Amino acid sequence: MYFGRVVGRVWSTVKDSRMDGHRLLVIQPLTPELKNTGKPLICADCTGAGAGELIYWVRGKEASFPFTEEPPFDTTVVGIVDTVHVSSAGHRPVVRRKS
Amino acid sequence: MILARVVGTVVATRKDPRLEGKKLLILKPVSPDGKDEAGYVVSVDTVSAGYRERVIAVAGSSARMADGCKDTPVDNAIIGIVDDVSMD
Repeated sequence: MYFGRVVGRVWSTVKDSRMDGHRLLVIQPLTPELKNTGKPLICADCTGAGAGELIYWVRGKEASFPFTEEPPFDTTVVGIVDTVHVSSAGHRPVVRRKS
Repeated sequence: MILARVVGTVVATRKDPRLEGKKLLILKPVSPDGKDEAGYVVSVDTVSAGYRERVIAVAGSSARMADGCKDTPVDNAIIGIVDDVSMD
């Protein structure tokens, strides 16, 4: 699962019938420090996330699991983030050089 | 899922029999504001998209869940034609 921010919406009329009624959002992926990373993508939504909200999203076949009719989604917003805590020491592992 | 624009078609005669009857299109990924992005992708069309149309394409094993792609060797499928994109 990855962090992201809702930055837009997509409308589509001609689409797979199992996608009917599901919102499509434009998501900007974020790092844990909430800086932009990578290109925006289109996500389905099962949470009702709104404009500018901090969310987390899932990639892969699992993206269709929140929906009973299993639509062909590969990225879905599955949670709205309340708070994030990242250690000030950073999350990168310490790499020791061989002596 | 990504936004992409249809820029061409692919014709193949020798192919997996499970791909027979499927329309293959060349997609150019685009950003939400309409600018071209790097690379191309060949995608199976399940919604009768046309040349220069902006579409939604799904990648990976989810592409096999697209209409008519069950148990076929497909990893990219067009699942919707975009009417509009709005940025906040």
